[in-house]
Amino acid sequence: MSTKSLKFSQEHEWVRTEEVTAYIGISDFAQQALGDIVFVDLPKTGAKISAGKVFAAVESVKAVSDIFAPISGKIIEVNEALNDAPELINEDPYENWIVMVEMEEPSELLNLMDSEAYDEFCKEGE
Amino acid sequence: MAGKRTPLFGEHQAMGAKMVDFGGWDMPVQYTSIIEEHLATRERAGLFDVSHMGEILVKGRGSKEALNRLVTNNLAALEPGKIIYTLLPNDRGGVVDDLLIYMLGEEEFFLVVNASNTDKDYAWLVRNLEGLAAAEPSLAEVTAENVSAQYGQIAIQGPAAQEVLQKLSACDLDQIKFFRFQQTEVLNRPVILSRTGYTGEDGFEIYCGPEAAVSLWQGLLAAGKEKGLLPVGLGARDTLRFEAALPLYGHELSEEITPVEAGLSFFVKLDKCDYPGKKIIKDQIEKGTQRTLVGIELVERGIPREGYVIAKDGQPAGHVASGTHSPTFKKGLATAFVPPALAAVDTELDVIIRDKPVKAKVVKLPFYRKKTGKN
Repeated sequence: MSTKSLKFSQEHEWVRTEEVTAYIGISDFAQQALGDIVFVDLPKTGAKISAGKVFAAVESVKAVSDIFAPISGKIIEVNEALNDAPELINEDPYENWIVMVEMEEPSELLNLMDSEAYDEFCKEGE
Repeated sequence: MAGKRTPLFGEHQAMGAKMVDFGGWDMPVQYTSIIEEHLATRERAGLFDVSHMGEILVKGRGSKEALNRLVTNNLAALEPGKIIYTLLPNDRGGVVDDLLIYMLGEEEFFLVVNASNTDKDYAWLVRNLEGLAAAEPSLAEVTAENVSAQYGQIAIQGPAAQEVLQKLSACDLDQIKFFRFQQTEVLNRPVILSRTGYTGEDGFEIYCGPEAAVSLWQGLLAAGKEKGLLPVGLGARDTLRFEAALPLYGHELSEEITPVEAGLSFFVKLDKCDYPGKKIIKDQIEKGTQRTLVGIELVERGIPREGYVIAKDGQPAGHVASGTHSPTFKKGLATAFVPPALAAVDTELDVIIRDKPVKAKVVKLPFYRKKTGKN
């Protein structure tokens, strides 16, 4: 899947929007850094998330990694498939979103990077 | 700051391993995937660079007697060609380190210690040997030498380990029983070769000169290819040893944890000479301890991690020593220190994960035991 239409945070989350609905996941860079993902601590449907705050955790064999909300909103669906198959994120991090959110403040998207800027950002960090 | 490098550093880099700092060493944590490397070792074979381990040579007249006064296990029955696992206790009954002692000759012992403890252990041995020498002239000739830089170490572990290693070995590996070793040749290089390991599988550890490490590593990888042998990093080394309930210094063992608390009383002998902390250890064996190491299995989803609080009925009752997602059992498992009253199998406990209690229960250790094994 192309990442051209995605927005990225500095904490390596991505956002894909369809009007006021936003899908949120973690980037390919993040899943590679984590290694085998074995557990996703999912939030509850209906919970509020706010930009910059932790809303979930992804765990690999070695480590726990907090997932920060790139935008604010209300969770309308969580990807329950990750309960039984967290490795889906390794297999395709852009297809396998973590939560679907109703955005509160779409202008927050302006604070995020496009895929080109994000690729640069990842290179700089290496 | 760059860490210390093993003779195989270049091999790891060339294979694209992810490197981490481990006790001051630049070590591979994984080559491809911790789970893949773990399962390869359980089902086929894994190859490990463990050159970071420390080696200390203790020798001279009276060295067996001197060492026996510093360790918890009894060296009396040790013979050349045999290996013993023991603990080096401090005066408080805590543990300076856990180690293997290879008896090379009547008055020559090869101690294999944890990488991050090597300098500490060496200083501890020198100081205590000096103390013994001052008190008893018959032990005055015992010397300790840190020979870590003279050895590379490679482990080959798993059900196919023997078959792969045999192709390159001068000796018949059937002759090397569990916890025995031979000074022999692999790929025409002189090695110390023992049937030991840190994975819960059958396997061998090979001590070689640093200059021989690359050819042995490449030779074993090539010889094991058709058997599905994989190079294995420290990530899977940890999950493998954890499932087999082999202690890791700094987790199940420390200067503040006694062997009795850690469930290692089997390696503590009381019917032998004095050693540091013996009275405290004896007391604990006879009267019990405040805490004890147990296995914990999560009943709900989640992964217990080192340091997480164990709670009973909402009250803190202990902490996790080591915890991970077990690649073999595909669930969250931990070792934890809890009061003896909560140590019975099936006791219900909570592990506090990100401020939330997650249901767990006490299970038997080890989590994993290999099915068969002629050795």
